[in-house]
Amino acid sequence: MPRTHVSCTVNGDEVDFLSSDETSLLNALRDELGLTGVKEGCGTGDCGACTILVDGKVNCACLMFAPEAEGSSILTVEGIAQGDQLHPVQQTFLEGAALQCGVCTPGFLVAAKALLDENSDPTETEIRYALAGNLCRCTGYDKIIRAVQEAAVQVNGASK
Amino acid sequence: MTVTENPRTYKYVGTRPVRHDGLDKVTGKARFAADLDMTGQLRAALVRSPHAHARIVSIDTSKAEAMPGVKAVVTGADFADLDPTHPEFDMAVNLMARDEALYNGHVVAAVAAVTAAQAAAAAAAVEVDYEPLPAVLTIDEAIAEGAPIANPTNRTLFSGDTEPSNLASVNEFGRGDVEAGFEAADIILEREFRTVAVHQGYIEPHACVADCGQDGKATIWASSQGHFAVRSKTAAALGWSTDRIKVIPAEIGGGFGGKTTIYLEPVAVLLSQKAARPVKLVMSREEVLRATGPAPATKITAKMGATNDGEITTLQSTMYFDNGSTKGFSALTGAMSVASYKLPNLELHAIGTVTNTARSAAYRAPSAPQAAFAVETLIDELAQQLGVDPIDLRLQNAVVEGDVTAMSMPHPKIGFVETLEAIKNSDHYNSPVPQGAGRGVATGFWFNIGEQSSATVNLNEDGTATVVTGSPDIGGSRASMALMAAEELGLAVDRITPIVADTESVGFTDITEGSRATFATGMAVVNACRELIEQLKQRAATIKSVDVEQVEWVDGAAVIEGQDPLTIPEITAMAKNTGGPLTATASLNAAGAGPSFAVHVADVAVDEETGETTILRYTAAQDAGTAIHPSYVEGQIQGGSVQGIGWALNEEYIYDSDGVMENASFLDYRMPVASDLPMIDAIIVEVPNPSHPYGVRGVGETGIVPPIPTLANAIAAATGVRMTALPMSPPRLLAAITESAGS
Repeated sequence: MPRTHVSCTVNGDEVDFLSSDETSLLNALRDELGLTGVKEGCGTGDCGACTILVDGKVNCACLMFAPEAEGSSILTVEGIAQGDQLHPVQQTFLEGAALQCGVCTPGFLVAAKALLDENSDPTETEIRYALAGNLCRCTGYDKIIRAVQEAAVQVNGASK
Repeated sequence: MTVTENPRTYKYVGTRPVRHDGLDKVTGKARFAADLDMTGQLRAALVRSPHAHARIVSIDTSKAEAMPGVKAVVTGADFADLDPTHPEFDMAVNLMARDEALYNGHVVAAVAAVTAAQAAAAAAAVEVDYEPLPAVLTIDEAIAEGAPIANPTNRTLFSGDTEPSNLASVNEFGRGDVEAGFEAADIILEREFRTVAVHQGYIEPHACVADCGQDGKATIWASSQGHFAVRSKTAAALGWSTDRIKVIPAEIGGGFGGKTTIYLEPVAVLLSQKAARPVKLVMSREEVLRATGPAPATKITAKMGATNDGEITTLQSTMYFDNGSTKGFSALTGAMSVASYKLPNLELHAIGTVTNTARSAAYRAPSAPQAAFAVETLIDELAQQLGVDPIDLRLQNAVVEGDVTAMSMPHPKIGFVETLEAIKNSDHYNSPVPQGAGRGVATGFWFNIGEQSSATVNLNEDGTATVVTGSPDIGGSRASMALMAAEELGLAVDRITPIVADTESVGFTDITEGSRATFATGMAVVNACRELIEQLKQRAATIKSVDVEQVEWVDGAAVIEGQDPLTIPEITAMAKNTGGPLTATASLNAAGAGPSFAVHVADVAVDEETGETTILRYTAAQDAGTAIHPSYVEGQIQGGSVQGIGWALNEEYIYDSDGVMENASFLDYRMPVASDLPMIDAIIVEVPNPSHPYGVRGVGETGIVPPIPTLANAIAAATGVRMTALPMSPPRLLAAITESAGS
C-alpha cells in the first residue's frame, strides 16, 4: 500500500511519519506517534473526544486524513501544559472535580483552551456553545462549565 | 449544597481533595484499554449478522483466512458448548452466535490480522449462508397470539415452563386488596405509558487486549466495571478454569451498567490462542449502538386510586420490559422499584419479553426510570386534581423506616421524607415559576446493593500507605477509598495511594454496580485499616516495652500515657525489628446497603411552534447517607440527572421494519450537549446508613430515576398536555400539543 511522508509539528516538536492516504489523523496520532491522550469515541466527528488544535483551530482528528496535517502545527492534550506547569483548565478541572471517567476530558481541555485563547472572558452561554461539540456522559456538564469559568478568572488574573 | 442530619464530623471524610488518578486524566496519560499496545499485537474485527433473525446454515472462512495479514478466524464452533440452563449461556451466545443470529448486529465470526484494515477486509470476506427467519421486534409483536419465537432457547424465568416462549420472565406480587382499595378511592386514574430503548452512551467504546501464551494461560487488559466478572464470564464462555485467566483493569471510560457484562474478551482470547500473538479488539461507535446496551423498551399500564384527603389507597400495574434477544430480570427490577409510597393495596405484574433486538444490559438503576415515569406521572395528576402541593401529597404517602417495599420487605432507616423536605425548602421550589414556564417535581428510589469486596492496605517503609481494591473506579471511587483510609488511620489523604489491582493481586471483588463500590469496598477498606491499627498498636507496645492495652490510637499516632506519641512513620521505620511489614486484608459480603431516594424539580419552557423543551432551572436532591467526597457525589447526581434528561427529551432507538437500527451514530442518537442544559443544582441530603461505618448509602444510580417524570410533569404544567410516551422530542411534543388543541 503506498504511504505518504508527512511532516508536521506536534506539541512543539517537528515530527515525520508515513501514512496511507486513508489513515485518519486520529489513528496516526495514536498509532504512529503514541499520543493516546487523543481518544476515539465515535470516529464520525460527533463526540469531540479526539479534539485537537490544527494551526490554532479546533478540529476533530478523526475527520482529517493524516496527510492533510502536512506542514501544520498540531496541539493535543499532551501539549497544553507548559512543562510541569498545568494549563489553568487542567488545574481547574482537577480542583473542580470536572471529570469522572476521564475519557472525554482530553477533548474538553483542548476545546476549552481554544475558547480561552480567543475569548478570555466568556459568558456561561458562550462556554456552553463552545463546548457543544464535546460529549460527556458522566458529569452533566455542570462542573465542566464551572471549571472553565474558573480557568477564565485565572487566565484574566494572569494577564492583568 | 448539603442538607445534613449527619451528626458526625470527620477530618478527611467529607472533604474534597483532588482525586489521585486526576493528573493522569488531565494530561492524557491515563491508559484505557484501547490505548494499550503489545509487542506483536494483531488487530481484530467482528462479522455481524445483517438479519434480525436467521438460521446460520454455514460459515465459510477459507477466503478470509487466505487474505493478506490474516492470522486467525473464529466462529461459534470454536466456543464452549454451554447448556441453556448455564447462568452464562445467554452472555456466551450473545458474544458469538451459534445456530441462529438473534438480532441485527449479532456477532457470527471474528478475524485477527496484522493491521486493522486487513482485519476489516477479511471480516467482509467471511461467507455466511443465512436462512432468514421471522423476526419479532416489539413488545406487542412478542406477546401477540401466534407470534414467531424470537429465541428458541428462551424459557420463561420463574414459570417452570419447558417450551420456548417470547416471555423472558413473569412475576406477580403485591399486598392488600386492590379492588377494595379502588372502592375506597374517590379518584381513580389510569394510563398506559410507552418508552423505547435507549443506550447508556458511555463515550469509550468497548475494547480489550488479550494475550494467550503457549502455556494455555491468557492475560486480558479490559475496560470493564468488574474485571473479576470479565474473568469468570470469559472462563465460562471458553469452558476454561479461572486460573488460566488474568484480567488487568484498564481505566474505564464510562459504563453506567453497560460494562457489567462482556462482549469481546473471550473472542480476543481465542483469536490470540489461535494466532499465538496478542490481539486487540475495539468496537466502533456503530457497533456499540447496534449490539451493546441498550436499556429496555417498555409498555406499562398503571391504575391508581386515592381518597379526597390525599391517601393513595391502591396501585395496580402491568409492566412489560423488553429484554431484547435473551431473558433477563428487567421487568422484575422495574416492578421492585415501586417502593416509595405506603400503598396499602398493591398489585404488580412484571413481564419481560424477548425480541430480535440487541440483548439489553443494565443501565443505572435498571428499569426504575421507566416505572417511575408511570407512577410519578399519576401522582402528579392526582395532586393536580386534588388541588394539593405535589410534594405535600408525596410527604403524606411517603414510606418511612419500617414501611414495606414492593416485595413487602421493611425499609431500613431511609431519608425519603428528608429529601422531599430538602426540595420543599429549596430556593428553587420557593421561587416563582417563570412567566410562561411550567414546574414539575418527581421522585426516585433505588435499592443499592452490597455484595463481595476485598481490600488490602499496605503501610510502606516511610509511613505512606497503599490501598489496594478490586473495584474498577468509574466515578472517583479511588478518592473515596483513600478518604476513608485517611480517616481511619489518621494519615493525610495525599500520603495514601489507592489502586485497583488485577485479578491475581487482590481478593475477589464483585462488579462496580448497584452503587456498591464506596459502600461495600469502602467497608472492606475500613475493616483492613482497623486491623492495621491493631497491628500498629502492638508494634508501638513492642517499641515502648509496654502492654498493648496501654496503647491508644489517636489521630494517626499510638498514644501511651507518659510517653511521646509514636506516629505511623516512626512505627513503620522500625517494622523490620518489630515483626516485619505492616499489611492487612479484609474481605466481606456486605449486608445492609442503604436504599437511596432522590427528588427533582425542573422549570421548563415549551416552544409551542416547534415542540422544543428548554430547561430553565433544574434542582436535584438525593440522600447520600454520608458524602465521602461531596464533589463526586454531586457529580453522580448531576450526571444521572442529565442522562435522565436525555432519555426524557431526545434519546431513542429507531428501528426499521427489518430490525435495523437506523440511528446508530452520535449524530442521530442525540445525547444532551452542554448548550442544551442549565446548571444542575445538586443538594446532598445526609441521613446516614446505620449499616456502614461512615453512613454511606451509595449514590450512583438513583439520580437517573426522577428526571423523566419530572420533565413530563413540568411539560404538563407548561402546556396542559400529558406526555405518556418517550422521548418527548420536539416532533412528538408538537404533535401532542396540536392534537390537544384540536380536541
